[in-house]
Amino acid sequence: MLCNTCYAMAIPFPFSAIVGQDDMKLAILIAAIDPSVGGVLVVGDRGTGKSTAVRGLAALLPPMKAVVGCRYGCDPAATSACCEDCTARRASGPPPKTHLIPVPVVDLPLGATEDRVVGALDLEKALSQGVKAFEPGLLARAHRGFLYIDEVNLLEDHLVDLLIDVAASGENVVEREGLSVRHPARFVLVGSGNPEEGELRPQLLDRFGLSVEVKTPETLTERVEVVRRRDAYEQDPAGFAEQWKAEADKTRKRIVAARKRLAHTAIPEAARERAAQLCMALGTDGLRGDLTLIKAARACAALAGEPAVTDAHIRQVAGPALRHRLRRNPLDDAGSGVRVERAVAELMGA
Amino acid sequence: MNAPSLTPSPSSALYAEPRDPLSAEASLVAALLALDGAGLGGVALRAPACPLRTDWLALLRGLLPAATPFRRLPLHASSAALLGGLDLSASLHHGRVQAQPGLLAQAHQGWLVLGMAERVPAHMTAQLCAALDTHEVRLEREGLTQLHPAHIALVALDEGMEDDEQLPAALLDRLAFHLPLESGPDEALWQAQDLAAARQRLPQVSLPDRVLQAVCAASLALGVDSMRAPLMALRCSRALAALDGQDEVSEDHASMAVRLVLAPRATRWPASEPAPAEPQPAPDSPEPKESEEPPPDKEAPPPDDAPDAGAEPELTEDTVEDSHEDLALPQGALEEMLVQAALAAVPPGLLAALKAGQMHRRASAAQGRAGALQKSLQRGRPVGTRRGELRSGARLHLLDTLRAAAPWQRWRHQQADALASIGPKPRILVQREDFHVRQFRQNRPTTTVFVVDASGSAALHRLAEAKGAVELLLAECYVRRDRAAVVAFRGAGAEVLLPPTRSLARAKRSLAGLPAGGGTPLASGLDAAHQLALQITRQGESPVVVVLTDGRANLARDGSPGRVRATEDALAAARQFKLAGITALLIDTSAQPQATAQTLAQTMGASYIPLPHAGAQGLSQAVRLATAKSAS
Repeated sequence: MLCNTCYAMAIPFPFSAIVGQDDMKLAILIAAIDPSVGGVLVVGDRGTGKSTAVRGLAALLPPMKAVVGCRYGCDPAATSACCEDCTARRASGPPPKTHLIPVPVVDLPLGATEDRVVGALDLEKALSQGVKAFEPGLLARAHRGFLYIDEVNLLEDHLVDLLIDVAASGENVVEREGLSVRHPARFVLVGSGNPEEGELRPQLLDRFGLSVEVKTPETLTERVEVVRRRDAYEQDPAGFAEQWKAEADKTRKRIVAARKRLAHTAIPEAARERAAQLCMALGTDGLRGDLTLIKAARACAALAGEPAVTDAHIRQVAGPALRHRLRRNPLDDAGSGVRVERAVAELMGA
Repeated sequence: MNAPSLTPSPSSALYAEPRDPLSAEASLVAALLALDGAGLGGVALRAPACPLRTDWLALLRGLLPAATPFRRLPLHASSAALLGGLDLSASLHHGRVQAQPGLLAQAHQGWLVLGMAERVPAHMTAQLCAALDTHEVRLEREGLTQLHPAHIALVALDEGMEDDEQLPAALLDRLAFHLPLESGPDEALWQAQDLAAARQRLPQVSLPDRVLQAVCAASLALGVDSMRAPLMALRCSRALAALDGQDEVSEDHASMAVRLVLAPRATRWPASEPAPAEPQPAPDSPEPKESEEPPPDKEAPPPDDAPDAGAEPELTEDTVEDSHEDLALPQGALEEMLVQAALAAVPPGLLAALKAGQMHRRASAAQGRAGALQKSLQRGRPVGTRRGELRSGARLHLLDTLRAAAPWQRWRHQQADALASIGPKPRILVQREDFHVRQFRQNRPTTTVFVVDASGSAALHRLAEAKGAVELLLAECYVRRDRAAVVAFRGAGAEVLLPPTRSLARAKRSLAGLPAGGGTPLASGLDAAHQLALQITRQGESPVVVVLTDGRANLARDGSPGRVRATEDALAAARQFKLAGITALLIDTSAQPQATAQTLAQTMGASYIPLPHAGAQGLSQAVRLATAKSAS
């Protein structure tokens, strides 16, 4: 029994109606275009629409093809990275039936227990029938989609360990009551948090491909627009969403088009060199920064509809791709953001 | 809809009558919350446990529709109690899964009352914030996946006595009203039936765009950063209009809303306002803003020179006015009125209050009061259990282990029977995955690093006083069982005189024998302190750096003389502190407060205390605040 307002809250604030915050929107779009970029971390002030943006994302994603009857929503086109059922089915019979399903954007709520995150034995069945059955958890539900953790810095340590492990391997392994289940769990990790309220472990930080910092808008015009739209939304969520539908469709089309273009977007040798130079100048750890930078720049080029990655794209994504990887202060985004900017300016001119 | 006519309107009586503003305000807040509690989030009620508070809560309850849930939320309610979970006994009894809704879900369409809210633990803060934002509880616990509506409002009873005892900022941000309760509510103003009428009217109340713009401008002028604040002020103005029997928000409603919602959040005096003619806070009145930390990343200009500082970033008052002109708003007067309304509500001793506002904003980032917290499996205060292995000294929580094992007993017994195991079968079958271990939380010790400028410029006059200040701080450290370290810099460079030690007597001695004189290699001193602070962090302790200097550097990092380079280097060294988020305190030892030292403190992200004005009280309070901050 939901009251009217609760139904209303079920309609998320439209992504396209978010005022400003271009860095954040770009990072989220990049993750939607090329999931292999590896997740987005959004940190910043209170009340800047961090969670609003992520929750609005679901409405923007074009539906995806999935195997009918597969509880993990396996990709019919994928040869590897299928669940055991699909692999078995493929080996034995004709190609499976497919249908279109919405891309999952799964919330990992605070206070979630481990059994619900990784999946466990189905309690209901164990209690009522004494039967052993696996009940997939949030990681399974997020397969091929997004896993969103609000207040990621407040997440319990053991859940963090678990997420790091699964995010790295793309596979979730559950051993319980003599039951051994492994299933694919490839998802884009999206986290948001306020660094004032707790630090983020460097290992988890490193799992995020892009990191953006959001600030409260400072000009009056912008603030008035934020308040005006939010107020309109709160008064009539459905009407407001309807008003922004055209815009949302446009963004969805852009994502679809960019995904198609992605494979044909060239990465010239010069761009690769540029990215390597930038990473060297900043002394980022490992190759992950380099790779993410190139991938993000390519997604950015695809989004802009350009045939090849140029310096402009690298410049645009350098901050989000690198600022959380600088060795000295992995947790301080404000300072490292400036360092990235400086390095970019030195390399490519102001 | 035939709303009873509300003439003479009770709230217009309120606007006119300055008789006992607080009691009228308390009663108005109760009425507004009874009208649109979930929309406004609720109230932070700052008062000790007293009959006044009980009266106010009774007033609120009386105005709510009958059967509105009104639940007490215990401070140490576990996640299970708050969010809900498996009802184990019912599930075992019925042989199927039975959920136990948590307090958030039980309070749907109603109220939660949180006592001692200034001590609310971090996990509860986050869960309350999530519920206030989304109006639902998403449950992924103990084999259950559920979504409950939770359209709740919160009364946070803040019993904090000191400025640094505050609700967590994240929670405060989501509660429309911050109400100090100093006199009792005025009961006669509204009746339950007035509210029933207003409740019907509320959805139709319209909001003119000019009011919206003016409220935004007022919030900017008062230095309220959060975007939730103007939104809540607008919601509040709608509720006021509905309460007044109006269909449109008027200027009076807006100014009352600004006064109720924005004034308590003000972080600065609007630049164009004249300084208030009221008793100034005692020692630092000449530079009222000197210890005020500018909001992160933007420089709030001191109020007295703002009108001619035309090139400042957006946040100064004159730029606000510029943007008004851009928008061609016909309503400069309206904003002026709103700002005035807010200022009128700011209690006497405004600068002190605003300064305190800065301070508690800083302190409230800290969840614990003393030392940062770290989780441990062995020592400290128990904070619950989690599934885990019994290794590296973890302690088993028997009850939770059995709880985890309970639902599976039937199934396990079947299995055991099927396997026809030899020997007697235990009555309860516990397996490795049931093990729950205790989690403890312990305070992280703090180490105070003293960085003492022993150069000629500072030392000759002031070193004795600086030493006195350090002794005072050492006494504080002793009380808290903290460690101390001493770094001194003079002449050629910096030196760690005393590595972190618990022997405060040694710290005192090493200072007493400190020779003075020579140049001021400030950058080297700061670098050395930074290295030491990082080392302390790595050891799992929280450093607090106390720098005693006049800020007048004259030796660069490489030892070459020259004020300009030396200052640049010092600022660069100072920046590292801010970047690393190291809590720091800068005590200006010069005879007059120096702009250089202030700039240095700002660059470091340090609290600035000019020694001439810092009495024993001021110093120890500043250190207390700083250590509270280091706990974040």
